Amino acid sequence: MKRFAGWIVVLTVWLSWNLSTQAAAPEVLEAEAARVAVIQKAMPAVVAIFGGAGDGGGSGVLISPDGYALSNYHVTKPAGNAMKCGLPDGKLYDAVIVGIDPTGDVALVKLLGRDDFPYAEIADSDHVRVGDWTFAMGNPFLLATDFTPTVTYGIVSGIHRYQYPAGTLLEYADCIQVDASINPGNSGGPLFNAEGQLIGINGRGSFEKRGRVNVGVGYAITINQIQNFLGHLKSGRVVDHATLGARVGTSPDGQVIVTDILQSADAYRRGLRYGDEIVRFADRPIRTVNQMKNALGIFPKGWRIPLVYRRDGKRHRIFIRLEGVHRSGELQELLAGPRRPMMPQPKPDEEDEAPDPEMPAGHESSPMPEIAKAHYESKAGYANYYFNRLQQETVWQNFLQYGDFQNLRGNWNMTGSTDQGQPVVFDLETEQAIAMLPTGNANIPITVDLSAELRPLGSGGLLPALVIWKHLLTHGITEFGPLYYLGTAPLPEDDVRYHVLIGTYSRVEAHFYFHPETGQLVKLETFPEDDTDPCEVFFSDYAEVEGRSVPHRWEVYHADQRFGTYTFTDFHLEAQADYE
Amino acid sequence: MQSLWISRTGKIQPASFRAVRLVFFLLMLLSCGLWIGSNPLFAQANFYQDVFVQSRNRMVKIYGAGGFQGLEAYQTGCLISGEGHVLTVWSYVLDTNYITVVLDDGRRYEEAELVGADPRREIAILKIKGENFPHFDLSQSAQANVGSRVVAMSNLYGVATGNEPVSVQHGVVAAKAPLNARRGVFETPLQGDVYVLDAMTNNPGAAGGIVLNREGKLLGMLGKELRSTLNNTWLNYAIPFDSDFQETVELIKQGQYVPASIDPEAELPPYPLTLTSLGIELVPDVVQRTPPFIDFVYEGSSAAEAGLEPGDLIIFLDGQLIQSCKILQETIRRIDSTEDVSLTITRGNELLEFELSGSLLNTIGP
Repeated sequence: MKRFAGWIVVLTVWLSWNLSTQAAAPEVLEAEAARVAVIQKAMPAVVAIFGGAGDGGGSGVLISPDGYALSNYHVTKPAGNAMKCGLPDGKLYDAVIVGIDPTGDVALVKLLGRDDFPYAEIADSDHVRVGDWTFAMGNPFLLATDFTPTVTYGIVSGIHRYQYPAGTLLEYADCIQVDASINPGNSGGPLFNAEGQLIGINGRGSFEKRGRVNVGVGYAITINQIQNFLGHLKSGRVVDHATLGARVGTSPDGQVIVTDILQSADAYRRGLRYGDEIVRFADRPIRTVNQMKNALGIFPKGWRIPLVYRRDGKRHRIFIRLEGVHRSGELQELLAGPRRPMMPQPKPDEEDEAPDPEMPAGHESSPMPEIAKAHYESKAGYANYYFNRLQQETVWQNFLQYGDFQNLRGNWNMTGSTDQGQPVVFDLETEQAIAMLPTGNANIPITVDLSAELRPLGSGGLLPALVIWKHLLTHGITEFGPLYYLGTAPLPEDDVRYHVLIGTYSRVEAHFYFHPETGQLVKLETFPEDDTDPCEVFFSDYAEVEGRSVPHRWEVYHADQRFGTYTFTDFHLEAQADYE
Repeated sequence: MQSLWISRTGKIQPASFRAVRLVFFLLMLLSCGLWIGSNPLFAQANFYQDVFVQSRNRMVKIYGAGGFQGLEAYQTGCLISGEGHVLTVWSYVLDTNYITVVLDDGRRYEEAELVGADPRREIAILKIKGENFPHFDLSQSAQANVGSRVVAMSNLYGVATGNEPVSVQHGVVAAKAPLNARRGVFETPLQGDVYVLDAMTNNPGAAGGIVLNREGKLLGMLGKELRSTLNNTWLNYAIPFDSDFQETVELIKQGQYVPASIDPEAELPPYPLTLTSLGIELVPDVVQRTPPFIDFVYEGSSAAEAGLEPGDLIIFLDGQLIQSCKILQETIRRIDSTEDVSLTITRGNELLEFELSGSLLNTIGP
């Protein structure tokens, strides 16, 4: 027994020792396990993208269970309109292109065949800080034949980086710089934070003379920028970036000043002039031209963004409707240029400075799979018109829940009062539209050209706007000239991202803003001509009138001025007029 | 904890189990070693943010000569005194009178003064005008062991401009070892140990950047790009801020290694000294700032008598910093042929001084 006592003591000592070492080690093991868990959590959403014939490729990441996935434009471009996407579960899915942002190098694709895809959790990339742990996932050098992504770990080396355009199109503004290895094939793949949330899409590196492999400098497009564009990308369109319509430069005393401005630009109409100092843009302080480019580069064309400028020591805050970087049609021309993928499949037997081998062109001749065909519709100016039509219908169906006005094509008579209690009457008849306001009466004939009938004076065309509003309600979205789904956009002092339909009727372009949750029409803007201020009508206080929801309050603005606010008490919406 | 357990085991002495116990004891020691080896703190703690925030305003971007044929016209530096001394790498970028230093807050200093440089360690000190600059204290530098986590800060690829902060990278000290300084492998006069890093730190423009430890203490300076001519790999390394380094920095600040200045107006002596007459042939002057390596020493010449050898790198002539083959030629031309000169050269790890007499010059030469 005594002999065994010795054994036991020694064993106890040894075990205790080991336990004590285990007691220290668990922190490491826990951290390691946490990291493994984070990677396991993030991994299922990572996509390996291949051309239609299963060749070439890059990476991507799923962002919703219905199969929407983000990638780089330069990855999807060579693949064409249909591609194959491999997921870490080892399965290969057909996918179609949805929308593209060639300037920002972003593409949205949709994986088909499931409505329960794994998808990445999205973070607010404005919270990314220099020094944060981060990891990239993707398919560098197309290593994974079973679609299991490669993980590379690193830290955030810089934020708000501006990378000058490569060639004619690509511009990486406000991007995240990382030292995690980013190699050819990582393009389009996700960059995650330490919690495994998506913060960006990897797309570019600084390579220069070092050859086309990682040099410790990779750039990712922020997920916040992509979120700004996401609604537009879902429209199936070719999406454009924005400019101010003005040039800025740095003055000798280090201020960012307007050095040139287009008189046709909205910025000019809002009051911005040559020599004004830009102080803030999109609520970011602006002290350098790069900061301005970064702040501007994350927004799509057409959004209204606050800008603060200083003139004679006085600050002015204005909302600017951003111009497009490209003229209409210009993007399409550029896209039709020579096809040249940026992240090609490297050939193992070549030197590191090998010329870019093109993604083999076989995919074009390979027939589009049936499931992809069912989700693809070709139309000029669109990456995939199928999705635009889908969005138009979705928005319209959501709106229809508030009532069907189809049979109310007769005279509409609406009575109410201004905020000051003065009576107002609007008559929308079949031949003419009439407004009886405290400032006087106005009427316009209803013709095929409403663009010259901008009455009442000072409203920017309230009566044409109301005619178009009635037309939308009574005739639906199909009876417009061209009508399309723009995407999503905020309104001044309102961060809600509204669905926007744009239609032309009787030569007036109308922008309809629908609330993303309620589906209700909240705003109408009508533009009688390009480069003019619209008439803006906000609809609110929706209430039922004979089973249909009707806005009882209208606020009308034109050129930054409030034209009037009306509250209605009586609506007479008549059915088809006798003589029609 | 350790000693307690060991003292307890000490009380038990079952002789028959001595061998077994020995094995267990060794196992325990091994476990103990593992415990020390795995620092539990390292895993999730993120010190990179802290180090970046503490250090960013001491980093500067430097712009100078270059901008052609893959020679970037920019590099990195850091402030090492409140009076505006900037530590950076001695390189062709500084080979101009128009060196611009841009601070982290975007303040721009044109025509920064080159105080001096020591090509042996590739150290250069610039000075910008002003006071109360945020700065590092080189004397507070630390040393890193192999395996230590480090933070590198530099303006690699010139990514940052104006008031944008330099880039931050993370890595581990992979080795602390002398650079293979043989010409033909790594083109560098650098001697002594360097930190070899596992991260892609030494990119274009990164030279003059710094490497810090997890506490934000200085470890070393990122050196110039070095590519092995044997296998074409790029080396990522930092020059340690050891006592020699700090001493050199102090000497430069005190005016010890002032660059040779050429006065174009000065009258040339009628019979100037030439390198050939001293018996020295330099390597071909092929780039903007070819380091003045001796290629050949004529037999029986003043240089041969003094003991100069092919492969020696001339760094000082009469106490003046010699920046290139060109500067050396120009400086020599301004010395009368009868005068003696002193040359400081590096050879291997040694720094050697030679007195060369002009009087021998008639006996040799073509």
